[in-house]
Amino acid sequence: MRGRNIWPHVWLVLGVLIFSFPIYITLIGSTHDGATIGRGDVPLLPGTHALENYAQAWGAGGGRYMGTPAVSMLANSLAMALLIAGGKIVISLLSAFAVVFFRFPGRMICFWAIFITLMLPVEVRIIPTFEVMVNLSLVNTMAGLVIPLIASATATLLFRQFFLTIPPEFVEAAKIDGAGPMRFFRDVVLPLSVTNIAALFVILFIYGWNQYLWPLLIINDRGLETIIVGLTKMIGGGDSQNEWNVIMATAVMALLPPVGVVLLMQRWFIKGLVETEK
Amino acid sequence: MSQSAIFKGVVVPYLLLAPQLLVTAIFFFWPAAQAIWQSLLREDAFGLNSEFVWFENFIEVVTDPTWLDAAFRTLFFSAAVAALALGSALFLAVQADRNIRGATTYKTLLVWPYAVAPAVAAVLWLFMFHPNIGIFGRALNAMGIAWDYKLNGGQAMGLVILASAWKQVSYNFIFFLAGLQSIPKSVLEAAAIDGASPRYRFWTIIFPLLSPTAFFLLVVNLTYAFFETFGVIHSLTQGGPGKATETLIYRAYTDGVMNLNLGTSAAQSVILMLLVVALTFVQFRFIERRVHY
Repeated sequence: MRGRNIWPHVWLVLGVLIFSFPIYITLIGSTHDGATIGRGDVPLLPGTHALENYAQAWGAGGGRYMGTPAVSMLANSLAMALLIAGGKIVISLLSAFAVVFFRFPGRMICFWAIFITLMLPVEVRIIPTFEVMVNLSLVNTMAGLVIPLIASATATLLFRQFFLTIPPEFVEAAKIDGAGPMRFFRDVVLPLSVTNIAALFVILFIYGWNQYLWPLLIINDRGLETIIVGLTKMIGGGDSQNEWNVIMATAVMALLPPVGVVLLMQRWFIKGLVETEK
Repeated sequence: MSQSAIFKGVVVPYLLLAPQLLVTAIFFFWPAAQAIWQSLLREDAFGLNSEFVWFENFIEVVTDPTWLDAAFRTLFFSAAVAALALGSALFLAVQADRNIRGATTYKTLLVWPYAVAPAVAAVLWLFMFHPNIGIFGRALNAMGIAWDYKLNGGQAMGLVILASAWKQVSYNFIFFLAGLQSIPKSVLEAAAIDGASPRYRFWTIIFPLLSPTAFFLLVVNLTYAFFETFGVIHSLTQGGPGKATETLIYRAYTDGVMNLNLGTSAAQSVILMLLVVALTFVQFRFIERRVHY
């Protein structure tokens, strides 16, 4: 029996190796000097230039044409990801609460108006949304980067579904005790939602951090550049003469935060992934 | 929910909904309406005058052979990404489900590529397959294969497909594994006692029970390949060489942002919106069905 069970392990180890290799070679690339990589002699073992590469990427940036320090791009990406995740969670909690615990005219219209935005991803409405941003003079601002992305049908649907499972007795009890809706929201609904909020936060943080097309359009001020867009700008046409060592160090810094969040909060991550797709 | 389990009031719920509705109206409905309106207009080269041309922009788009090429290219690209990402994820999930020790460890080691941005995935693959400095690019050239994705359209397409699929496998893996683990082991044991071979068990029991998951993942993967792979293409090939990796979304971007062709770009946006509506519809029809499983 033991002998026959070896094959799944073999395949899985092979799979893990294939999937990790791109990251491994990037890590290796970030520890050698530019000349070694430019010659095309990327070794399979780490080099000795890690510190200076990361220091240059962090403080000065790289690329032949311009250098935006990674520290500023990372700060922008972090602000964008946190604001998008936080904003989506807050406005979705509020609107799901309104739809579930109140009856008011136009309730279903509001619900469908939110729901239908599932069908309008930013990619398909690039140009017209950009014009709206110009009209509102939100181009090249953090607000312009974040606000259009914080409406979320997925999060609203998830919270609505969860709120529907809160026993009606809780509401009745709260009303008997004289608690108003906001008191009920703060003391009952929020504490019950902590797990869902955590799970959703992981997914939305990754979503926010990994935005590409939107920052590419809205931001051309280098002070607001995000790390993902900044990284691909460093590559340009993909010349061999690029400072690949610095680029690889920047790539590691660009992927570390979201990957770290997934690995550290894996339980929440998987829950969030499965729940948001229900 | 009974009448006693809801709060009274009309102003409070509207205030609670206001932020979400405001953002939705300004950044979703207004631009979408504008896209539809603009797709029916034609502006002169200086943007001074525009005239109402009904569906001329749409006709121009769908009769443009280069757009049709992009449409078929997108289909091929998406099918390839979905097939590769679904196939390898299913294979790995079946291996991980075989009651082996360390399944959780393998799961941890396989899920993280999900968190890598498409554009960053492109950078990682570019670094491996660069003709002069990439470890595999050089190896291919050393073997006598003329590898240069910047010159050869087929190679560029292959590289874009690989980078896009690589990132999506972990997502599929998680869902396939969850689907496999929800299949009752007693059914499989009973079949095994009846003498069904592992292969027979897979195709007659596991695969049919997994088909709802697989179908759902297919829709998700196609949506991913249509839209989210913009980052991969933009940072790896910029649609080139020539137009070898230009997908519909990339095309809408170049026409609107680079060529400032508002009418046809808006028409393309509307066509893409219809595509998303269709995909979402399929997905929800299916989810309704899944409830009965």
